Amino acid sequence: MKKLINDPQNVPREFLAGLALAHADILRVCLEPVYVFRADAPVPGKTGIVSGGGSGHEPLHAGFVGKGMLDAACPGQVFTSPTPDQIEAATRAVNGGAGVLHIVKNYTGDVMNFEMAAELCQAEGIEVRAVVINDDVAVEDSLYTAGRRGVGTTVLAEKLCGAAAERGYDLARVEALCRKVNRNGRSVGMALTSCTVPAAGKPTFELGENEMEMGIGIHGEPGRERMPLAPAGELTARMAGMVLADLPFGSGDEVIAMVNGMGGTPLMELYLVYGELERILRARGIRAARRLVGNYITSLEMAGCSITLLKADDEMLPLWDDPVLTPGLRWGI
Amino acid sequence: MAVGRQEVLRWLEVLQQVYAENRQWLTDLDSAIGDADHGINMDRGFTAVKAELAAHVPSDIRSVLQNAAATLIRYVGGASGPLYGTFFLRAAAACAGKTEIAAADVVALFQAGIEGVGQRGKAAAGDKTMMDALLPALDAMRKASEDGDGMAAILDKGAAAAHAGMLGTIPMQARKGRASYLGARSIGHQDPGATSSCLLLQAAADTWRS
Repeated sequence: MKKLINDPQNVPREFLAGLALAHADILRVCLEPVYVFRADAPVPGKTGIVSGGGSGHEPLHAGFVGKGMLDAACPGQVFTSPTPDQIEAATRAVNGGAGVLHIVKNYTGDVMNFEMAAELCQAEGIEVRAVVINDDVAVEDSLYTAGRRGVGTTVLAEKLCGAAAERGYDLARVEALCRKVNRNGRSVGMALTSCTVPAAGKPTFELGENEMEMGIGIHGEPGRERMPLAPAGELTARMAGMVLADLPFGSGDEVIAMVNGMGGTPLMELYLVYGELERILRARGIRAARRLVGNYITSLEMAGCSITLLKADDEMLPLWDDPVLTPGLRWGI
Repeated sequence: MAVGRQEVLRWLEVLQQVYAENRQWLTDLDSAIGDADHGINMDRGFTAVKAELAAHVPSDIRSVLQNAAATLIRYVGGASGPLYGTFFLRAAAACAGKTEIAAADVVALFQAGIEGVGQRGKAAAGDKTMMDALLPALDAMRKASEDGDGMAAILDKGAAAAHAGMLGTIPMQARKGRASYLGARSIGHQDPGATSSCLLLQAAADTWRS
C-alpha cells in the first residue's frame, strides 16, 4: 500500500483537521463526536440539511458543507457509516428551529444509523425527516436485495436541497424536492482498478490488465459483472444505455448530466467520456441543460467513472444555478 | 453452574481477543462480498468495550451489557454497530434485576438479543446474514433447555448450530446487506456477519462452560 497517510486508523480525523484549516472561512470541524458544520450554523429559521456516510468519497459529504448546500456532514471511518451519536450531535448543532432533513444513501448500515439518530433527535424535540437516495441502476430493486445503492444522485440532491433551504423552503417542501430528485435521478458506475482501504492495507479486489468491473458502487465492492476493457465510446454507450432505459429518459427531456470520476481517473478521460455522453444524449433528443464533470463522489484511488442523469424541471434548474460556496462545489458567489 | 457479573465481563474480554485474532479473516470474508471492513470494525468496537469496562466497572450484569451496547453503537459504525449494539441492549434488558444467569436465563438473554437483531436488520433466515448463524443457535438452545440440559450443553449446542448456520451461508445468495448488490456472485462465499455471530456464540460457550 502506497498512501500519503500516517496511522491508517487516524485517516478520517487527520483529513478533517486539514479540511478545517484549509476552509476555515466556510466550515468548522467537531472531533468529539466527529462532524463537519457550516461556520455560521445554526442559521435561524432555515431548514437544516445533514448528510453523512463513510469517508473515502471526498468531496462527498464533508466537502459539500457550506452556504447553499449542506449544513453538516457526518464522516464515518473509511467506507463505514457514521454512528448515531455523530448524526444526532450534528443535527442538534445545525437545527435553526425549522427542523432538519437527513439525506441518506441506501446502504444497510447508513440507513440503520440514521434511523437510530433520528429517533434520538425526535426524542429531543427536533423535527427530522429522512430521504434515502437509491439511484444505482446496476442493482436490481426487488424484495430480494437491500435495494438500489445511493450514488451520484446524492451530489445533485445535496446541491438542490441546499439551495431550496437557502431560499426558505420549509422542511416538508425540501423533503418533497429531495424525493422528486431521487425519483428522477439514475446512475451507473464502472471501475478500471480496485481501491485500498487504508486500514485493510490491500486492494479490495483484483482486476486483470485487460479487465474492468461494470456496475460498481462506491466502496470498492465488486460490480455486477467483470468484462474485458473496451474503448471509452463503447463503454459510455453501454452505461448511458443502462441509465436512459431505466427511468426512462426520452426525447425532449432536459437533464442535469454528471460524469463523475472515482478518484484515480484523470479529468482528461472524464471530459472524453462526457463528450461521448453528450453525443449520445443529443442523438436521442435529450438536452443536457446543466453539466458537472469531475471527482465528486469517489472511491478512494479507484480508477473509473460513473454517469448520473437527473431529469430536470423548472423547479430544479434555477435551484441548480443558485450560489453555492463549499470546498467541493462553488459558483455564483 | 450460573453465570455472574464476573463471567459476563470475562465473555466481553474474550470477545475482544477473538475479534482481534480474527480481524483479518473477517475482513477477508468481507472483501469477497462486501466492503472489506468487518474485522476492522469488530476489533475497534470490542477494543473500545474493553477499555470502557476497564475504566468504569458497572455494578450489575444489566449495566455491563448496556455499556457494551452503547460503546458498540458508538464505535463500530456500519450495519454491525446498530445490529450488535441492539443485541447487547436487548440482552441487557433481559438480565434486569439479575445477579446471576441460570441455564434458563441464558436462553432468555440470547432470545432477546437475537430478536432485537431481527427487528433492527429486518433479515429473515436464508438472507445470508448474521441471522443465519443466530436463528439456528437460538432454536438449538431452546430445544436443549426444554430437554433439561445444563448451561454447558445449552451453550455448546447453540455454538454448534451457529457454526453449521455460518457454513450454511456459503451456498446462499445474499438478499440483505451489501452482499445483496452482487446478486448471484455472492454465492460461494461465507457471510462475514454470520461468521462474527458464530464467534460470539463460541466465545460464550468457551467462557461460561465451566
